Amino acid sequence: MIQENKFSTQYRFAFIDEATKREIRRKLLKAIAIPGYQVPYSSPEMPIARGWGTGGLHVTLAIIGPNDIFKIIDQGSDASVNACNLRNFVQTMTGVETTLDTAKATIIQTRHRITEEKLSKDQIFVYQVPQPEPLRSVERYENKTRQMHGEADYAKMWVSLYEQFVRHGDIMLGAGYPVKVNGRYIMAPSPIPRWDIPNLNNSEAIHLFGAGREKRLYAVPPYTKVEPLEFEDVKFHIEDFKGIPCFRTGYQKAFLDELYYDDGSKHYVINDSNFLDKKMNNEAPIQHENHYLNKLENEA
Amino acid sequence: MRHNSENWLLKVEGLTKIYGSPNNNTIHQTGPQFDSNICPETNAIVACADINFELFPGEVLGIVGESGSGKSTIVKILYFDMEHFSGNVLFNKEPYIGKNILKESNQSKRAIRNHLMGMVYQNPRDGLNFKFTSGGNIAEKLIMAGNYHVGTIREKASNLLEKTEVPVLRLDDLPAHFSGGMQQRVQISKAIANHPPLLFLDEVTTGLDVSVQAKVLDLIRELQHELGIAMIVVSHDLSVIRMLTDRTLVMKNGRIVEQGLTDQILQDPQHPYTQLLVSSIL
Repeated sequence: MIQENKFSTQYRFAFIDEATKREIRRKLLKAIAIPGYQVPYSSPEMPIARGWGTGGLHVTLAIIGPNDIFKIIDQGSDASVNACNLRNFVQTMTGVETTLDTAKATIIQTRHRITEEKLSKDQIFVYQVPQPEPLRSVERYENKTRQMHGEADYAKMWVSLYEQFVRHGDIMLGAGYPVKVNGRYIMAPSPIPRWDIPNLNNSEAIHLFGAGREKRLYAVPPYTKVEPLEFEDVKFHIEDFKGIPCFRTGYQKAFLDELYYDDGSKHYVINDSNFLDKKMNNEAPIQHENHYLNKLENEA
Repeated sequence: MRHNSENWLLKVEGLTKIYGSPNNNTIHQTGPQFDSNICPETNAIVACADINFELFPGEVLGIVGESGSGKSTIVKILYFDMEHFSGNVLFNKEPYIGKNILKESNQSKRAIRNHLMGMVYQNPRDGLNFKFTSGGNIAEKLIMAGNYHVGTIREKASNLLEKTEVPVLRLDDLPAHFSGGMQQRVQISKAIANHPPLLFLDEVTTGLDVSVQAKVLDLIRELQHELGIAMIVVSHDLSVIRMLTDRTLVMKNGRIVEQGLTDQILQDPQHPYTQLLVSSIL
């Protein structure tokens, strides 16, 4: 009888075996206990290749329960291939309800964007991370970067920012701008645009980061200080869409995509698809608040 | 300032570095009297053994000896580039008074390096990051000392380059595009960026042509006069030692064979090896 019970479903709930799920949860607890610290984990085999969102998937599958409501976006869009496939996979393996509505979801998995809509304390935000090591650009050896993190030896990172300013007149990091978490660890926020960086600061939601190929987990717990690296006289700033409204809604205070039509004309449209839909339906989604956005609004 | 047994800046006691696995006889079976630093029993190599000296504030100490005599090993251990085997190094600056700085944590070692020491290597590639501009290289030291204002960093870096006679116009150029002498001067700017009380110079003029050598030596002497930095100068070149140093240690096979005032050692060498060294000046 036991055997029948065991094989009555092809896969167990959420695909990953329980022991591995426990291991991932344990590592996530450690990650939350040390904000911004990269915790190595097993990164078990998945039916997709490592580096195609497996890190985020591991985190999602390890924490998801039957009552969760799942949303997944890829570069802000609910409809892109990566998002659709992973959504189907999670839905098949767990049977949980999925949604496109940011406000309704309890777990939101993402690739390279934070939703435009404000996150609440009941939500968990899961990132797919290609390169968890912010210092990789200045130091190629893993044992060295781990030592640098251990000793908070971040001078090289700062010099690389100085160099960018000297050569180009600005800090040339468009996506994945390095941040300091809780005044201690420098963390790669995954390649989210600068627009989203301030939204990590003091967020009510839990932010969990999974890098499947690099086998690292890290986290930003709720209400944690997250500051972008900036000099006293060269400041961090977000993307500037001044005077460019979304061509479908006319809205200005959102991260915009640049679209080229066949006739060569250029259009700007809100990147976050669910936020765009809500704006089109004249709903009033609550946005993140930060002083960069407030400054934009005051200038407008 | 008068030097006495109390007011030293750096005190080295019994500093030893051995490669391989030594036994109890290793130290006793190597050294100048055996003309070897390889232990006949274990093949362990004694890079330096039982090194004792004191360095006083503002003093320039020379270490001279043939290749492989352990000169560079000493400064590399003192600058924490290398692990030591045994021995104590005491630094007479708060908060390190009375502590063996070789036993400090990596973090405080880095703090000591950033605030209290500077190092100029023989090869600029060891001291400079060739992927960063010369300004960036100096900025690295300034940032490590907690300076996060780009304007101030650039101002300080310009001043340092001016002081070391590197054209300030080249602040934003890569040191890879500089001549050897200029690279060496950028390295010196970086080493003195945080006004350290102690500077290590490891064969700084080796490989430079004679006129550039003279310029670099002039610069070092000027900085020494102006800033009163204590220095340890490692060289196999006795004319460099004669020009820069007040006091000299002569090393052979990992041991100090003679020490004293530089003039005295050059005029009246006591140890046969020193006599050989002095008599073989071209």
